[in-house]
Amino acid sequence: MEIETAQVMTIRLKKEPLWKRMWKERWLYILMLPGVAFFAIYKYVPMWGVLMAFQRYQPHLGVMGSEWVGLRHFERFFSEPQFWTLLRNTLYIAILDTGVFFPLTIILALMLNELRSEIYKRTVQTLVYVPHFLSWVVVVGISYILLTTEGGIINELLALIGMEKVQFLMSEFWFRPLIILQMIWKDAGWGTIIFLAALAGVNPSLYEAARIDGANRWRLLWHITLPSIRSVVVILLILRLGNFIDLGFEQIFLMLNAMNREVGEVFDTYVYQVGMQQGQFSYSAAVGLFKAVVGLILVVSANWLAKRLGEEGIY
Amino acid sequence: MVKDTSFGSRLFDGINITALALFSLVTFLPFLYVVVVSFSTSTTLIPKTFSFEAYKYIFSADTFTRSLRVSILITVFGTLFQLIMTSLMAYSLSHKNLPGRSVVLLMVLFTMLFSGGMIPTYFVVKATGLLDSLAALIIPGAISAFNLIILKNFFQSIPEELKESAKIDGSHELGVLFRIVLPLSLPAMAAFGLFYAVGIWNQYFSAILYLTDADKYPVQVILRQVIILTNGSIGDTTEIENVPYYGNSIKMAVIVIATVPIMLVYPFLQKHFAKGVLLGSVKG
Repeated sequence: MEIETAQVMTIRLKKEPLWKRMWKERWLYILMLPGVAFFAIYKYVPMWGVLMAFQRYQPHLGVMGSEWVGLRHFERFFSEPQFWTLLRNTLYIAILDTGVFFPLTIILALMLNELRSEIYKRTVQTLVYVPHFLSWVVVVGISYILLTTEGGIINELLALIGMEKVQFLMSEFWFRPLIILQMIWKDAGWGTIIFLAALAGVNPSLYEAARIDGANRWRLLWHITLPSIRSVVVILLILRLGNFIDLGFEQIFLMLNAMNREVGEVFDTYVYQVGMQQGQFSYSAAVGLFKAVVGLILVVSANWLAKRLGEEGIY
Repeated sequence: MVKDTSFGSRLFDGINITALALFSLVTFLPFLYVVVVSFSTSTTLIPKTFSFEAYKYIFSADTFTRSLRVSILITVFGTLFQLIMTSLMAYSLSHKNLPGRSVVLLMVLFTMLFSGGMIPTYFVVKATGLLDSLAALIIPGAISAFNLIILKNFFQSIPEELKESAKIDGSHELGVLFRIVLPLSLPAMAAFGLFYAVGIWNQYFSAILYLTDADKYPVQVILRQVIILTNGSIGDTTEIENVPYYGNSIKMAVIVIATVPIMLVYPFLQKHFAKGVLLGSVKG
């Protein structure tokens, strides 16, 4: 009886013309309206506005009225030596991110997962999650206070053991290590959450069975724990690859100064500098567009590759 | 679980426990140091005297109190605004039979992969009249696509029967949302609210991008001026003309003040991590 009414209802639903169904749901569309308007105005209008990258954009003329110049800004960008510097700096940080930070979060998650005491595990988790919620201004600020040569505790300690003070904050050599250390301090703990969630879902009987077969803890880790988080690792890796090009912008922006600009400048800081501070809107929009397109290509190809290798992708 | 008590296994545990203890300590120490120094007056390496001087100074200085007021204001109103915007849209998108739903979802997903970038967005913010207003710190980031999709999935997981029964009782869509869906989603709403709040409280770059009036600067901008720009020999001298030199305790006290609100909400946030509100839905 119930099934029959359900069938009748679906048939009726299908018969109804589209506009009638839409009219029936008009309240839902009204609820959706503010959100759709937000995405349209603040996400999609800028995508249209990016056309300014192909123009000599003048704010009083707008995108409709400015003169078209084709690919001139891109040609200029690719021929500038600055382009290679930006690309190199971005790649360096991306490699440190995927090669150091990312594996470290996995290792940390595995270590937490191996703990037998729940209380100890919770305590460690609570402590290492905290820095994630601090702003980059605070993280960079703390680094400055600790590392400055004018009374920073690290340099005072170095002096105490008879070593020379190090200009950590104004050195090209220390810029990248500091960036990666800050990333680890702030987010390595937080990064474990998603792996721990995946690890919590592993069926305990798998471990039991393997142990009865005589497997030791390393073998359990290798044959059961790691395979069980493989798809999460792949998904997160794809997401990180897609984001790496605008990775840590605020952090890098805050760490930059005249002395380390050569190794620290990345696409976004460059866009801010030439666009907002020097007023070269079209040129900087072109740099931004290049960055966004590379990011898009990276996600799409990483996703394609993951699927080729038999993993689930992100879409 | 069968207990593994072999020597190798115990060694493994020992190393593991020690390494994690060290990691937690390294994470925690810088913060502890900052708090301790902020409550002292001495400039020596290890602070000896306890004092509130730094805090007294901060709360008597206009710049600090004004920026704190700004930050609190935008955090309270911004969080409410962003939460309402997100949940209204997530609720209507949670109806699987809604015509046009997939188009809107696709539109949302695409913004996670591609964006117009800083400069075009700046001109849109300018064109919508938000430049140099505090709304510029709230409205352009009103909905996080990621949060929206997770909340939509959460709403979808609420049994259809509950919603239907409310409708049969004569409830409106809004009635269903406010009487059934939202009360059932309180933990999720709390988690997202706190995430939005932390996001607004911590934002720095939007403030310097969209605001020119220094009276409207939130606390993060002031914090940066106090610590980074006054760090003696750092290059960009153009910005530091009007910034006086601050002592170490004052710098650290500002850090503590800029962090306290987060530390206050942290225990509430913490509860939700385990519940996996935000997890299990890595995929949209």
